Amino acid sequence: MRFSTVEELAASIEDGMLVAMPPDYSMPAMEIVRCLIRKKIKRLRLLGVPILGMCADLLIGAGCVDEIESSAVSLGEAGLAPRFSEAAEKNLVKIKDATCPAIHSALQAAEKGVPYMPVAGIAGSDLMKERKEWKAQGDLVLVPAIRPDVALFHARWADEAGNVWVGRRRELATAAHAARTSLVTFEEKKPGDMLEDELLAPGVISSVYIGGVAPAPRGAWPLGVPGLYGVDDLHLSRYAKAAKTREGFQAYLDEWVLTPGKSYSPA
Amino acid sequence: MGPYAREELLACVIARLLRGSRHAAIGAASPIPAAGAFLYKQGDPAFRVSLQQRRAANPFSEGSRELFDLAGQGRIDTFFLGGAQIDGSAAINLVRADGRRFPGSFGSAFMYPMVKNTILFREEHSKRVLVPKVEFVSARGDPAALLTGKALFSWQKDKRRFRLESVHEAGDIRSETGFDYDSPGEIALTPAPSAGDLALLRGPVAKAIAADYPDFAKRVWGIN
Repeated sequence: MRFSTVEELAASIEDGMLVAMPPDYSMPAMEIVRCLIRKKIKRLRLLGVPILGMCADLLIGAGCVDEIESSAVSLGEAGLAPRFSEAAEKNLVKIKDATCPAIHSALQAAEKGVPYMPVAGIAGSDLMKERKEWKAQGDLVLVPAIRPDVALFHARWADEAGNVWVGRRRELATAAHAARTSLVTFEEKKPGDMLEDELLAPGVISSVYIGGVAPAPRGAWPLGVPGLYGVDDLHLSRYAKAAKTREGFQAYLDEWVLTPGKSYSPA
Repeated sequence: MGPYAREELLACVIARLLRGSRHAAIGAASPIPAAGAFLYKQGDPAFRVSLQQRRAANPFSEGSRELFDLAGQGRIDTFFLGGAQIDGSAAINLVRADGRRFPGSFGSAFMYPMVKNTILFREEHSKRVLVPKVEFVSARGDPAALLTGKALFSWQKDKRRFRLESVHEAGDIRSETGFDYDSPGEIALTPAPSAGDLALLRGPVAKAIAADYPDFAKRVWGIN
């Protein structure tokens, strides 16, 4: 498989697409997120698998998002996601509140090609009042399949056969299986085919699901890649503070997003 | 308060609430429940603590859905939930309150009814948080307890009402609590941490959670 560039992958994501993205702990493709903001993408619909963090806050703050379906949007220990909170409070984005097992199950329905999956437990939540498409059946709730246009994430490795390795972050595999296509940035190239390696194969997402891969060293920064580099907690807390105001957020964008290449440098 | 941090007292209460538990799972941004669980584990090494968002050596190898699959089968007996609002019927709200938006329901809608012992935990004890009726029910269930920064309540499943068990400092809790609850004639003080528990918290427990809760470990124990 030919490797693309980050810009090429970002170019293939169109206005209005439904894009599945992982939580901050599961390797979001931050370099592509920054690229999407630079290319002024519009009307994105984001799906949190099953929650979202900084990637969503950046895209929302930059005005790229119309709708968001997630079980939560949070910066974790750094606190609330300020641009998400403000957009929600001012009704600037449509929010489809969900709960983690409902999103996992909806993606599992899509990966199996069936119309819905049953989920236990959640029938007593007010989420049922807002999610009319979730149908109670006895104690269970039938959650319709979700088929994202794109699953977008970062991986430790990509190989010459077009496979990517995400290790234990298997929610990325579920998202990739469910989505029409997956666009993946990676840290390092592996020669050959990882599926020929018994130890690597269980952490691989097969090229069957992958529409494009692009090298992006430190591409998850300021989030981490387990075993390679950690979350840049200092940067995250600086972001959380700056993004509390529109002006602070814009200053952050100017410094860290709209200046290409700056984000690759360690904090 | 004595020569210990409030966080340490709360962790000790959580460790007591965990007695008899075999497997506790701990979700996002919960350093005090994590500290309490690792404290309990010091005396019961077979007790399993699964930190959902552990950065290194994460306990789940099937992605984040594995936590919910385990809970669905009953393989997790204790979970912790908080809320922007918690009401007197033990419903929790993690979505919106007083015009403010909060992160969202996470897995609470599922975990609360599915896990046998759900411990409600919120440090802030105020009428803003402890309300007569939540604005949005993220989840409801029968909790094992409600622990705040000021008091410990048990849950009376038959009456669907909380009962005050103890307060962490002498004072009027009712005026700071927005929902009605039952109360014994004489209100006990929550036992202070023992010297042994404090030594464990400041030693092996602090070390166990510092990697995943760096800000917390730095603030409470000065660990960098």
